[in-house]
Amino acid sequence: MSPTQWDLPVELCCRPMAFVTLTGLDVVYNAVHRAVWDAFCANRRADRVPISFKVLPGDHEYPKCRPKRTSYEWYIPKGILKTGWMNKHLNLVPALVVVFYELDWDEPQWKEKQSECATRVEIVRQSLQGRNTKVAVVLIQKKTPLPPGEDVIASERAAALCNACELSGKSLFVLPHTDHLVGYIIRLENAFYEHAQTYYYTEIRRVKSHKEFLNKTTHQLLFVRHQFKIAFFSELKQDTQNALKNYRTAYNLVHELRAHETNILEIKTMAGFINYKICRLCFQHNTPLDAIAQFRKHIDLCKKKIGSAELSFEHAAWMSKQFQAFGDLFDEAIKLGLTAIQTQNPGFYYQQAAYYAQERKQLAKSLCNHEASIMYPNPDPLETQTGVLDFYGQRSWRQGILSFDLSDPEKEKVGVLAIQLKERNVAHSEIIITLLSNAVAQFKKYKCPRMKSHLMVQMGEEYYYAKDYTKALKLLDYVMCDYRSEGWWTLLTSILTTALKCSYLMAQLKDYITYSLELLGRASTLKDDQKSRIEKNLINVLMNESPDPEPDCDIFAVKTAQKLWADRISLAGSNIFTIGVQDFVPFVQCKAKFHAPSFHVDVPVEFDIYLKADCPHPIRFSKLCVSFNNQEYNQFCVIEEASKANEVLENPTQGKMCLVPGKTRKLLFKFVAKTEDVGKKIEITSVDLALGNETGRCVVLNWQGGGGDAASSQEALQAARSFKRRPKLPDNEVHWDSIIIQASTMIISRVPNISVHLRHEPPALTNEMYCLVVTVQSHEKTQIRDVKLTAGLKPGQDANLTQKTHVTLHGTELCDESYPALLTDIPVGDLHPGEQLEKMLYVRCGTVGSRMFLVYVSYLINITAEEKEIVCKCHKDETVTIETVFPFDVAVKFVSTKFEHLERVYADIPFLLMTDLLSASPWALTVVSSELQLAPSMTTVDQLESQVDNVVLQTGESASECFCLRCPSLGNVEGGVATGHYIISWKRTSAMENIPVIRTVITLPHVIVENIPLHVNADLPSFGRVRESLPVKYHLQNKTDFVQDVEISVEPSDAFMFSGLKQIRLRILPGTEQEMLYNFYPLMAGYQQLPSLNINLLRFPNFTNQLLRRFIPTSIFVKPQGRLMDDTSIAAA
Amino acid sequence: MAVCIAVIAKENYPLYIRSTPTENELKFHYMVHTSLDVVDEKISAMAKALVDQRELYLDLLYPTEDYKVYGYVTNSKVKFVMVVDSSNTALRDNEIRSMFRKLHNSYTDVMCNPFYNPGDRIQSRWALLPVSASSPGGPYFLCPHPVQVGPAFCVLLPSLCRTCLAILVAKMQPFGK
Repeated sequence: MSPTQWDLPVELCCRPMAFVTLTGLDVVYNAVHRAVWDAFCANRRADRVPISFKVLPGDHEYPKCRPKRTSYEWYIPKGILKTGWMNKHLNLVPALVVVFYELDWDEPQWKEKQSECATRVEIVRQSLQGRNTKVAVVLIQKKTPLPPGEDVIASERAAALCNACELSGKSLFVLPHTDHLVGYIIRLENAFYEHAQTYYYTEIRRVKSHKEFLNKTTHQLLFVRHQFKIAFFSELKQDTQNALKNYRTAYNLVHELRAHETNILEIKTMAGFINYKICRLCFQHNTPLDAIAQFRKHIDLCKKKIGSAELSFEHAAWMSKQFQAFGDLFDEAIKLGLTAIQTQNPGFYYQQAAYYAQERKQLAKSLCNHEASIMYPNPDPLETQTGVLDFYGQRSWRQGILSFDLSDPEKEKVGVLAIQLKERNVAHSEIIITLLSNAVAQFKKYKCPRMKSHLMVQMGEEYYYAKDYTKALKLLDYVMCDYRSEGWWTLLTSILTTALKCSYLMAQLKDYITYSLELLGRASTLKDDQKSRIEKNLINVLMNESPDPEPDCDIFAVKTAQKLWADRISLAGSNIFTIGVQDFVPFVQCKAKFHAPSFHVDVPVEFDIYLKADCPHPIRFSKLCVSFNNQEYNQFCVIEEASKANEVLENPTQGKMCLVPGKTRKLLFKFVAKTEDVGKKIEITSVDLALGNETGRCVVLNWQGGGGDAASSQEALQAARSFKRRPKLPDNEVHWDSIIIQASTMIISRVPNISVHLRHEPPALTNEMYCLVVTVQSHEKTQIRDVKLTAGLKPGQDANLTQKTHVTLHGTELCDESYPALLTDIPVGDLHPGEQLEKMLYVRCGTVGSRMFLVYVSYLINITAEEKEIVCKCHKDETVTIETVFPFDVAVKFVSTKFEHLERVYADIPFLLMTDLLSASPWALTVVSSELQLAPSMTTVDQLESQVDNVVLQTGESASECFCLRCPSLGNVEGGVATGHYIISWKRTSAMENIPVIRTVITLPHVIVENIPLHVNADLPSFGRVRESLPVKYHLQNKTDFVQDVEISVEPSDAFMFSGLKQIRLRILPGTEQEMLYNFYPLMAGYQQLPSLNINLLRFPNFTNQLLRRFIPTSIFVKPQGRLMDDTSIAAA
Repeated sequence: MAVCIAVIAKENYPLYIRSTPTENELKFHYMVHTSLDVVDEKISAMAKALVDQRELYLDLLYPTEDYKVYGYVTNSKVKFVMVVDSSNTALRDNEIRSMFRKLHNSYTDVMCNPFYNPGDRIQSRWALLPVSASSPGGPYFLCPHPVQVGPAFCVLLPSLCRTCLAILVAKMQPFGK
């Protein structure tokens, strides 16, 4: 039997199509025939009817039809289904034979041609003797036929031809060879299809008719056979519903057969075939659930039908094939548009197929382990005369024997041996791997990454069994990280163990070491004895010796491997392997920890490297080096032990280079940071731990950053969550879990040892040169150099403050806008220990508010740290917040010459301007001088001399001045008239002589000026005396451009007698003045009301006496009469 | 009864796996691990559905030839996986559900154990075994000391040794009053 005996036959797997043969076509030499044939077979898409065409010569011999059985009574079937039957009806026995013949209706030699055609038909009929195959004739014509009924000759001759050929009119066709060939062909083939369906229908009827002759005892096999045939013909008829129904019946009948060891293979084979058909049709009908249900049923029914125990691998092979075939069907259906889901996809079937293939391999291994001396039997019991079996699923050495007893046990034995020996040559691993990779492809599609990984592990293991270690390793290595990242240590260990075997057998040094490292580590679930074996091997490898073989390896493979290892030893060359540990879990753990998150540059940077080994025996390492982001420090952090290779095992527990399992080893490193690194981060970029020796083999474990491997982050998280109390350890030991990696530290500048004091008198006054005295005193033990001062407004405040703050070192001149807000790096010189210096700063603040000032002192000092002289830059800063306030408030008011408050002033009439300076400063102020700058619209009445020169004002005191001014008539000015500026020059009383005086300019308010028609002023002495004449002169000035009629009257008063005009009416010309002279004679002493002057302007009724009272005095002080005589008498006395 | 039960952490690493046929433990480990594919998918589908009342039981994850794998997920995304023999027809959905509920209760008891650090692998072999009918109702606080000598010191917590009881009492004090 062929090794592919389990594959389903092609004729079963194809889609059955009606078989139609075309005769009379010369497709080689006749172009017209060629074109007709091409039109039939080319471009057969789904919309064309399902027919398979074949061109055969007219005299082709079709398979002979066996004579019809009249009775089944004595007939005993030899098997279920003949191996050739399906092929016969698909490719050999046609449903319809078409005879092509070139004949036009107007053929001149019609008679001859007609009889030739009839002969041809007859020949075909002869070779189809006994079959129901239909025959049809197609006339190939050159002319386009006329519409039916019009061509009388045509219908006549057609009838004649039918008659001659014994054809019904429905079986005669005309194919005009014109432009529309394909159209005609499609119509033709539809007609053929109808004929074919009729044929298959009759075939079904024929098979059904046999049924009644059958009996249940002897013809059990025939029930199945006939049911299968009916179903198959239905399929050829394209009646898939009935086909499915019949297949289902057939399937049930198969399982009703009496099964015995001798025929179980046949039953299973047929059941498999029918099941395949059912599933296929179910998928075709888009009922995938039916297909799955049928398949499940099939498997459940057949799972236990193992058959002969000696050939149980055959059952496994068959099972495997069932699953694979179903998987293929499922996959095909998906390609045609079916949607599968994660839990129901072809992958599961391929996986199960692989599982059975594995089982087949196991069974074959145990059943076919014949000794090499046993020869393959001769003659070959598996050979048959025809080379093929007569019936599906029978044994070649007892074909057609239906008896359940083994007639010839010897023959049976030889047959079984032959099968077993054949099985031995099957490449099982190949089959398994193919199935697994099919499954992998499916699971990848349906989002099952873990299933995919699992199958890849199986593939890797299968490659390992197949001794393809390279591929095995590749697959295993690929999936390892998935299990590692999810923390499935048991599974990881199992995979690693296989991988270690592969790498051993290939003598792959680096892989061997890597897997050993991990198998010794904490992620490995191996027992201690295994671990210690692996560790021993690892040490051997490091000492450039061969490791012991891994257990359970193939003996021959081990021999090859030992040779490879021996070659490796003699091989000179690079024996240093660097292995990055961040991707796996090695048996040495490492954590680096700086003692502090930052170090001053003048103290050495200290950090610890913690190491812990998880292997069962102590191990010695040869070198440890730490790398930093600044590589200059690398040289300070190396531990190396010059030991010979063989010392790896000696004195293992002593020395700091030795790692005792479970114990945490702490290694302290220190170095002095570079001054350039001040303000920078020092980071451990990697830790390298070398195991072994350069003379032997050396493995460098490389931790990125401050240690940690694939599992440590999760462990750290767990440790952080844990609130378990850890048992007390001796002082010098620590718990591994409690160590937190700190892989970087900051280098910060040295702590300064100077003091910086600020002396000043807050608050600052607006615009003054505010003095800030900075005192720097050195407390260092040595001289400090290059002291520099940076002072001014602290950066980062409101931008407006920068504009309005100016700093200078020179207080003698006022600073302006060009001065900066911050003075940087003012060299101050060197300072000896204890020495102190003072620096004055002047700050001018243009606006009120609080400001932060920064004073920053930096210097250089030489320091010895760890016997190294370094120059440190230190700095100290002080900040101070200074409030700025106005030094004083200035109040200004306008009053009349009578010191009465004025809301407005009258043109040309003098008034008084009073200023009032109120000191708001907490410190005494000296007003150096003041000045009134009048606007052009104002004129002064007398001298504008300052009245407050060099006045010192304490807090809350005020200084006032008074100026007499006049505003000439200007007409009506909107918003008032500008008065001018008041300028005050001042400084702090405490300020030094050379400090400049600050001029504060105050803009005086505008004043509203009003014109009046008449101005009256009075000339009178400052006091009167009783009974002495008191002359009073009133000046009446006309301020208008009109002649004014004025009524004047003087009302008498009790205190005065007077002479002059009591009541008068007069006119005053524009711009002129009228004088009125009165002589008052006071009668009473004291402050007396003057006789009141009433003026009535006829043109200006608004001019009232009330207004008049503002200009002229209303009362006067009258002194009592003097005693002149008495004065003299007193003098005489 | 189930042939294998497993408790899987939120991060998908195993907290506890026990299988009754111990000879082929690895197979069950793989089976549980691969079933997480389906669990992940079901959980993400659930998250999308935004159902208020979360159903913890995930139903049958996938059938294999010989076993059925069932899943269950707690609100804290700890997964329970149970493998049942396919031939065992006595186990219907309801039985499986109640087994999961029991397992959940046992797991909650383990979490209540003050000596247990959430996320650690559950070491005790019988911590979660109340699932199987044969074992008695589990002790709720297991002390980490493997051998317990002498009579129980505390009636309420019979499974604690003297040392652990002392630690427990010390731990509980902040909660009192």
